[in-house]
Amino acid sequence: MEQIIFIILSVLAVVGALAVIFSSNAVYSVLFLVLTFFAIAGHFILLNAQFLAIVNIIVYAGAIMVLFLFVIMLLNLNKDSEAPTPALARIAGAIAAGLLMVTIVGAFKGLSQGSDVALRGGEIGTVSRLGQVLFSDFLLPFEISSVLFLSAMIGAVMLGKKNLKDS
Amino acid sequence: METALFLDKLILVVSVFGASLGIAMYSTLAERKFAAFFQDRLGPNRAGLFGILQPVADGVKLFMKEEIIPAQANKFLFILGPSLFMITALMTSAVIPWSTPLDLGDRTMELQVTDINIGLLYVFGVVSIGVYGIMIGGWASNNKYSLMGALRASSQMISYELAMGFSIIAIIMITGSMGLKDVVNAQSTELFGISGLNWNIFYQPLGFLIFIICAFAECNRTPFDLPECEAELVGGYHTEYSSMKLGLFLFAEYVNMFISSAMMAGLYFGGYNFPFMYELGLSQNALSILGLVAFMTKILAFIFFFMWIRWTIPRFRYDQLMHLGWKVLIPLAIMNLIATGGVMTFMASK
Amino acid sequence: MTPEYLSRFGGILIFILGGIAFVLLVVGIARMIRPNRPDENKLSPYECGEDPVGNVWTNFNVRFYLVALLFLLFEVELVLLFPWAVLFSDAESLATFGTSWIWISITEITLFLGMLIAGLAYAWRKGYLAWVKPDPKPETIEPVVPGALYEEINRQYERKK
Repeated sequence: MEQIIFIILSVLAVVGALAVIFSSNAVYSVLFLVLTFFAIAGHFILLNAQFLAIVNIIVYAGAIMVLFLFVIMLLNLNKDSEAPTPALARIAGAIAAGLLMVTIVGAFKGLSQGSDVALRGGEIGTVSRLGQVLFSDFLLPFEISSVLFLSAMIGAVMLGKKNLKDS
Repeated sequence: METALFLDKLILVVSVFGASLGIAMYSTLAERKFAAFFQDRLGPNRAGLFGILQPVADGVKLFMKEEIIPAQANKFLFILGPSLFMITALMTSAVIPWSTPLDLGDRTMELQVTDINIGLLYVFGVVSIGVYGIMIGGWASNNKYSLMGALRASSQMISYELAMGFSIIAIIMITGSMGLKDVVNAQSTELFGISGLNWNIFYQPLGFLIFIICAFAECNRTPFDLPECEAELVGGYHTEYSSMKLGLFLFAEYVNMFISSAMMAGLYFGGYNFPFMYELGLSQNALSILGLVAFMTKILAFIFFFMWIRWTIPRFRYDQLMHLGWKVLIPLAIMNLIATGGVMTFMASK
Repeated sequence: MTPEYLSRFGGILIFILGGIAFVLLVVGIARMIRPNRPDENKLSPYECGEDPVGNVWTNFNVRFYLVALLFLLFEVELVLLFPWAVLFSDAESLATFGTSWIWISITEITLFLGMLIAGLAYAWRKGYLAWVKPDPKPETIEPVVPGALYEEINRQYERKK
């Protein structure tokens, strides 16, 4: 049963991710990305990482993708209005993506396959366990992340202010 | 044994679906009847006794109507929009606990489809993806009114979602769990010596006020029905919709209303707990059934409140709406959170 | 054997599938029994009887986008508050650390929320949260009848009183 669900979710995730790249309509891309996020959330649930699963949906599907949809509607990224990408940008993009690929492959090569017994122990992925770790071992990063949010907010306000004046 | 449990679950799932759809269906009639009452009219009374068959007639009409998909619309997304809206509306009821377990002799039957321990987070997640249906439908229609309605709807829903999240967090703080069952069960203890009256409303009055305002905004109900405000936007995001797809949009609104009433009753008004529930010396099954009745009564009272407000309070202007959401509700909700934390700290260290 | 936590999420899966089945059923039945007689006028976008002008999918007010941007940042912070809220009155931690736990806990989150409030206050002060207010301009009309005539009539009736 688990195996079947895993395979279905994986196929959904991969097909969704490919569809994001290959669909010509930007709105379709966003919707396929949402589908991919849901498939990934399903994977998290299979691993008993419940909090991550729901947060994945809330933050990525519910917030970031809504922002993407707004941007696509705002900028009117239709097929007709698509500006041709300069060749230099394409080459730069290909090189950057290739480097990322190399990094990811390298990172995964170093991994040894751990046993998933610990994950199935039942409690480790629950919110309270996660909270206990977050608020004891990772307290400093947690607090610093709030500073990051503050700076992000200030950045957003600065950018937004400029746009508001233009419009 | 395994099959019996499976059957239990199946019956439960089917009845939860049936109840949400049935109540949503009759809410449409109730809304029209109440509107008539508030405006000193009779309301629909032709189909069946007191118009009891009116929702059926409406449903048949929606099925039989010709459907028009505008030529320039994006066909696939045009169909996807209302479907998504309906699916997200139906999803939340999976985690709502309807009553205490029933005793069926050899086994007990939990009256909750699934008790995940991140229930509240799940509800919040479903609320956060609820905006897609309207946004996609409004955009795909290729109509200026629809697009404006969809934009207003999504902007409004995401703004009010934040304040709602903060008030949910205050509930989690006093309960110490995100499971909806835990939240409701925590309210079954004694208050003033009366069992089943330890409702969160007594601890979180401000939180409840914020939650109910946000619930109105999330359901796009008056006074927050700017996305479909007929004076400016014809029909808002569903201007181009007809036939059953329009039906899905309108129907999902009533399902949403039912679900948010259930959430308010469960989170703040004790859910299936009712005063004196343990003093009466009831058997487990009687307690369970009475609990269900109590819960449903609370839900129906909230649905009535939704309708009452609709025919009483006029619509906001968009800048007032944003002002209320960002400059009043969010600061208030954060204050509520800090105050709750402060009081709890004080109580614990005393 | 499926683990217990999975079967719980199975209920949610059933609900999603049930929702999809319901929608397909309803839309399918409607498709079978409804008439289908499209013509050009029916298929044109509805603009109160006028022929539509221009493209719908065009740029719109940037404020909608800014609200979404701010919402994203708040949402991420909000989500991080959830595990804290669960732990806040956690009996296990209270037993381990005593009442100092709750003090540590509230201090942590006050710092965190402080940053959030600072961000909100900044956005507020910079006018980021302000929506465009309608700006009704009072019409100035030059009346054909001079005001002096009105005043004269008023005086006339005042005398009568």
